[in-house]
Amino acid sequence: MNLAALTLHEARQKLRKRQISAQELTQAVFQRISDTEKSIHSYITLCPDTALEEAKRADTLLKAETNPPTLLGIPIAVKDNFLTAGIRTTCASKILHNFIPPYDSTAVEKLRAAGAVITGKTNLDEFAMGSSVENSAFFSTRNPWDTSRVPGGSSGGSAAAVAADQCIAALGTDTGGSIRQPAAFCGIVGLKPTYGRVSRYGIVAFASSMDQVGPLAKDVTDCALMLETIAGLDHADSTSANQPVPQYSASLSRDIEGMRLGIPKEYFVSGIQPEVEQAVRNAVHHLEKNGVVIEEISLPHAEYAVAVYYIVATAEASSNLARYDGMRYGHRAHARDLTETYLLSRAEGFGPEVKRRIMLGTYGLSAGYYDAYYLKAQKVRTLIKKDFDDAFKTCDAILTPTAPTTAFKIGEKTEDPLQMYLSDIYTISVNLAGLPALSLPCGFDSDGLPIGMQIVGQHFDESTILGIAYAYEQSTEWHKRKPRL
Amino acid sequence: MRLTGKEIQQIAMLARLRLTAEEEARLTEQLDHILQYMGKLNQLDTSGIEPFGYIVETINPMREDRVTNQAKAEALLANAPAKENTFFQVPKIIE
Repeated sequence: MNLAALTLHEARQKLRKRQISAQELTQAVFQRISDTEKSIHSYITLCPDTALEEAKRADTLLKAETNPPTLLGIPIAVKDNFLTAGIRTTCASKILHNFIPPYDSTAVEKLRAAGAVITGKTNLDEFAMGSSVENSAFFSTRNPWDTSRVPGGSSGGSAAAVAADQCIAALGTDTGGSIRQPAAFCGIVGLKPTYGRVSRYGIVAFASSMDQVGPLAKDVTDCALMLETIAGLDHADSTSANQPVPQYSASLSRDIEGMRLGIPKEYFVSGIQPEVEQAVRNAVHHLEKNGVVIEEISLPHAEYAVAVYYIVATAEASSNLARYDGMRYGHRAHARDLTETYLLSRAEGFGPEVKRRIMLGTYGLSAGYYDAYYLKAQKVRTLIKKDFDDAFKTCDAILTPTAPTTAFKIGEKTEDPLQMYLSDIYTISVNLAGLPALSLPCGFDSDGLPIGMQIVGQHFDESTILGIAYAYEQSTEWHKRKPRL
Repeated sequence: MRLTGKEIQQIAMLARLRLTAEEEARLTEQLDHILQYMGKLNQLDTSGIEPFGYIVETINPMREDRVTNQAKAEALLANAPAKENTFFQVPKIIE
């Protein structure tokens, strides 16, 4: 048996029954990494030594504890934009290439408190800006289903690591689809919780009104176990919500009969790959046969979401990234004076996409353009959120494709930023409205590439979308397929 | 509307980014293209619409004014590009 291929809940059972040890599991994962990493490149930093120490400690606790914490002895990968005390955190940027955080992000702290073994830090688009990991300053990550293709992004390293069994589950962040789109491209389950559900403390800020932490996992149950571990109020993040955190994994099995599922008509128009549309429509029929009530809905401002997102997100990014000035940490260029130190440190430290977004954001916020771009976008954002509020008057959740296509070829979209931005078309409006959404596998195209569908829920109602996803998953086999590596 | 190289350089200065001539040319073209796409927002009449504020209405949380962060000067200075004793060393800022 290949232990690395276990799901989180399977591994947890076996650890608790003492059928396997945390050290055996961790060793199996690192064996898998050394067998496959040459073709996938999921990780920027690997932590085999500390991971084995953590596993050893977990084994001691597993012997002693009658009710061990949720993730005790489970190898988890962490996207390299989470601060990890003592472990280099680069954000896949040259400007942070040697940055060693003095503290843990809250999500990582919670993983550790739950007994997780941290395998390492996964690759991403620089500062989480991108949809393919091609914007990493270091190297591209490959899709385990076809290594000539992208894994999606920006949490592509985490998604590829989960799909390739290089960890049991992983953490990612999602600002415009960065968990869900790579989950879809890699054939796994990814969940972006409600804005405020998980603390953002200690994640490298990109767009603060939309950034959210979430899990990437092998199935829906694993996602629920991860979410209940990391969610909750945190006084270190003033936007984290004071809402009770249900034990999601205990309420997955629910009756979905009579649940109302909205299908937005605007999401099935031009640009969608026919096989993606077919797979999602098949999933809709499948759910309908299981008693879900399907209803066509309208999100009339859907077509404006990409424009709004790339004004708002870049504005926030240009402000957040002002901190990289080469003074207290990060790259500092050799220059004649202070201004030139700023100009050159940032010119040398940031890659092309990050510069492009800082420029766009600065433009949209600058005198003379603020009203036409930033303010206008925030007004349309109100309309986009209202579309969802209206839709949820008649349905419990919304089902859409996660991405318009399956994984594209490496290099296919790098020359045209706007085409790359449009690959987030179904995911970004969810961030603009702050809603929870997950992506789960619902088929494969003729090239054998995974197709994902997205289920969007109401604010703080992760339970409903997990329940629908669980019911679908239990009656299908898509999540059981593995890439051949 | 067409962006000019001069405007791009002004924005770059605001953002504290030094651009090469090649970057200037490429960004002028790309930003122009992207901003044209964003122009589609002007199709919408947004008069009377409030700009977006918060996802979930929250109230300001209050707390005791206590020192909670630990002194970690050494750990924080460990990432400094230049330092002297317990200070960050920076380029001269006044003439």
